[in-house]
Amino acid sequence: MASLKSIKKRIVSVKNTRQITKAMKMVSAAKLRRAQENVVAARPYAKKLGEVLERLARSQDENANPLLQKRVSQKALLILVTSDRGLCGGFNANICKAAERFVKEKKGDYAEISLMTIGRKGFEFLKNRQKIRKNYGNVLSNLNYPAAALLAQEVIEGYLAEEYDEVFLLFNAFRSVMSQDITLQQLLPIVPEVTAEEEYAPEYIYEPSKGELLAELLPKHIEVQMFKALLESVASEHGARMTAMDSASKNATEMIGKLTLQYNRARQAAITTELMEIISGAESIKG
Amino acid sequence: MAEKLKVDLVTPYKKILSEEVDELTATGALGEFCVLPGHAPFLSSLKIGELAYKKGGQIFHLALNWGYFEIEDDKVTVLVETAERADEIDLERAKAALGRAEEALKRLSAEDKEYRIQEAALERALIRMQVAGKAARK
Repeated sequence: MASLKSIKKRIVSVKNTRQITKAMKMVSAAKLRRAQENVVAARPYAKKLGEVLERLARSQDENANPLLQKRVSQKALLILVTSDRGLCGGFNANICKAAERFVKEKKGDYAEISLMTIGRKGFEFLKNRQKIRKNYGNVLSNLNYPAAALLAQEVIEGYLAEEYDEVFLLFNAFRSVMSQDITLQQLLPIVPEVTAEEEYAPEYIYEPSKGELLAELLPKHIEVQMFKALLESVASEHGARMTAMDSASKNATEMIGKLTLQYNRARQAAITTELMEIISGAESIKG
Repeated sequence: MAEKLKVDLVTPYKKILSEEVDELTATGALGEFCVLPGHAPFLSSLKIGELAYKKGGQIFHLALNWGYFEIEDDKVTVLVETAERADEIDLERAKAALGRAEEALKRLSAEDKEYRIQEAALERALIRMQVAGKAARK
């Protein structure tokens, strides 16, 4: 049996760990709430923009704008959104695996698939395995719309320069605190969601012209999609971390219980041995 | 009762406005326009500028930064990157931003990439000050 001192030491160390995981859980809970609010707040904007875009694109020729045009797909770009920090369960590992699977499955369809990572974890996981075009750090820790817009603009520039013909976005969509959905979304070329029903569409007045509006609106759409994906990813990350830290704290508590039991037993055993020694000593004097 | 316009003003961060108004004026790509209930479907891009709406005889002002305006069936949707109500504007900050942008513009030439950014900053600051000024005068 381990000595009393070593058990005591382990109990103290596990208690320290539990304190840290508990604190991290609290921090994540607070951050999650804020991130969740942001996700909810961004939804109406994205939804309205989608509606406007749909209306415009429905009446437009597919070839009117390069961002709508389907090119012969040869080079694909996959944008992978992970987190900068670890300790959030399977959050990063799952999505990195999904990215690898994507590359493996689509290898036959494209001549080349390159990757772009947002978040340190994804970059570190993939840097030795895949071709990484670029990594963006420091976007997630202080996420705001201009940063996302800048990112989107870079992607669009690359697309227009025909560095890649299709762009996919892989991120963790926020479902609930406990669960995230790994989501693959085609970012470019834009596929407008056309509702099946052919309802009566009133004739619009456009100012300036329809084409010009579309040219301004489409990049905006990409920006918003990017922003939304990043927001969702951040919210998912905090949710995943909270869950992971919660179960870590629970495990620590369980461990402390077990160790305390061991400690008490060892102590009792020590007392018993000591008593036996005293009694046997007394007996021998008597005898 | 007269008909009203149902206005939704949204930014990526939050819904700023969701109200029934009598009349709405905004700065479009081709200039300022005003819509009343019963307007034909209309879609326009907005420049950095001012948005004013009238509700119950009172006029409210907002400073907008670049976006879209849509009206259909008396429902108005305004999508903008940022919007500030007149009373939310920090006049000191706008003045400081104006000074900074002016400084930067002096130093840059029109070909620089940054020139347009600074120009936009200048416009934004001017609009903010204008809108804030209107609120103060009331």
